[in-house]
Amino acid sequence: MNLLAGFALLLLCQLLGEALVRLSGLPVPGPVLGMALLLIWLLTRGQVSASLRGASEGLLRYLPLLFVPAGVGLINHALLLRQDFWVILVTLVVSTLLTLVVTLVTLQGLRRWMGKSDESA
Amino acid sequence: MNPREPLSQVVAGMAQSPLLHLGVTLVAFMLALWINKRARGTPFLHPVLLAILMLIGFLLLTGIDYATYFAGAQFIHFLLGPAIVALAVPLFDHSARIRREFVPLMLACLAGILTAVGSTFLLVRWLGGGEATLASLLPKSVTSPIAMGIAEQIGGFPALAAGLVLVTGAIGCALGPLVFRLLNIKDHAVQGFALGLAAHGFGTAHSFTISNLAGAFAGLSMGVTGLLSAFLIPLLMRLFS
Repeated sequence: MNLLAGFALLLLCQLLGEALVRLSGLPVPGPVLGMALLLIWLLTRGQVSASLRGASEGLLRYLPLLFVPAGVGLINHALLLRQDFWVILVTLVVSTLLTLVVTLVTLQGLRRWMGKSDESA
Repeated sequence: MNPREPLSQVVAGMAQSPLLHLGVTLVAFMLALWINKRARGTPFLHPVLLAILMLIGFLLLTGIDYATYFAGAQFIHFLLGPAIVALAVPLFDHSARIRREFVPLMLACLAGILTAVGSTFLLVRWLGGGEATLASLLPKSVTSPIAMGIAEQIGGFPALAAGLVLVTGAIGCALGPLVFRLLNIKDHAVQGFALGLAAHGFGTAHSFTISNLAGAFAGLSMGVTGLLSAFLIPLLMRLFS
């Protein structure tokens, strides 16, 4: 399987995404726009080539590792982190918990409600 | 033949080398995966968080600064861009289901973003945190490249925002399984969607370890949350301050 063609397509989409961000001035990162472009391309084509699938799955399998270098950058913010340590920690934990719960309850509730109205219709 | 160098000079040279920092990052991550497996996959010892802590320890011990480290580690960091683009593939695989449930998904996304931003605002004000802390914390549920842009726009520190985004991601992954059990949510699509919203790329990466379906929905909510937040957070900030 030739993974290079798939990887090249990923890079091309990101490049187009970056170019569009600069042209439009949208406050969105290039890769996110690149993802949208690739999705549109796949939807019009109706299938994923073996090469693209291989390259994507290879990258996504190691997605957690890719966050490590940026995370080590926390080392540069030790001072502010120490100053507001408890504010930051409590806020992060409580707010993330609330966000998870609200999202889950809303989505589950809406799906159930709309599922039922579909059945009765 | 090249002239021979004394050992101390060679060691000092290698400490600056991208090879060392690239290698150390890979080894730290493998070690973190091994420890996490030993601890039966407990989310409190999340491999990414463990690896970050180990590498910070390494830099503190050796006195190597972050810029030197990043000169090597950037080769890993670079792949984050194409990896985000690659999320289009699982999204395409599950596009039929996404289209079918489009309205509930978007409404849940909006509710989640408002909760994330609103609760952060109230908590920081209530606990007495500073303005820079607030502005760096507000985009915490947004994928880091977007979060950095938002933080800059509303008067926070972009690099700190990126770091807090990562910590949020780890906390979200740790809390997720507990909340799923508590609320009795077994649908992988719903689990992934909530993780992608609250914990962005980190939650997406974690969701792919649950299943491909969970990963696809996490990627979807991460993307939509990022796009909506980029417009909503600066707007809300102007309304409330």
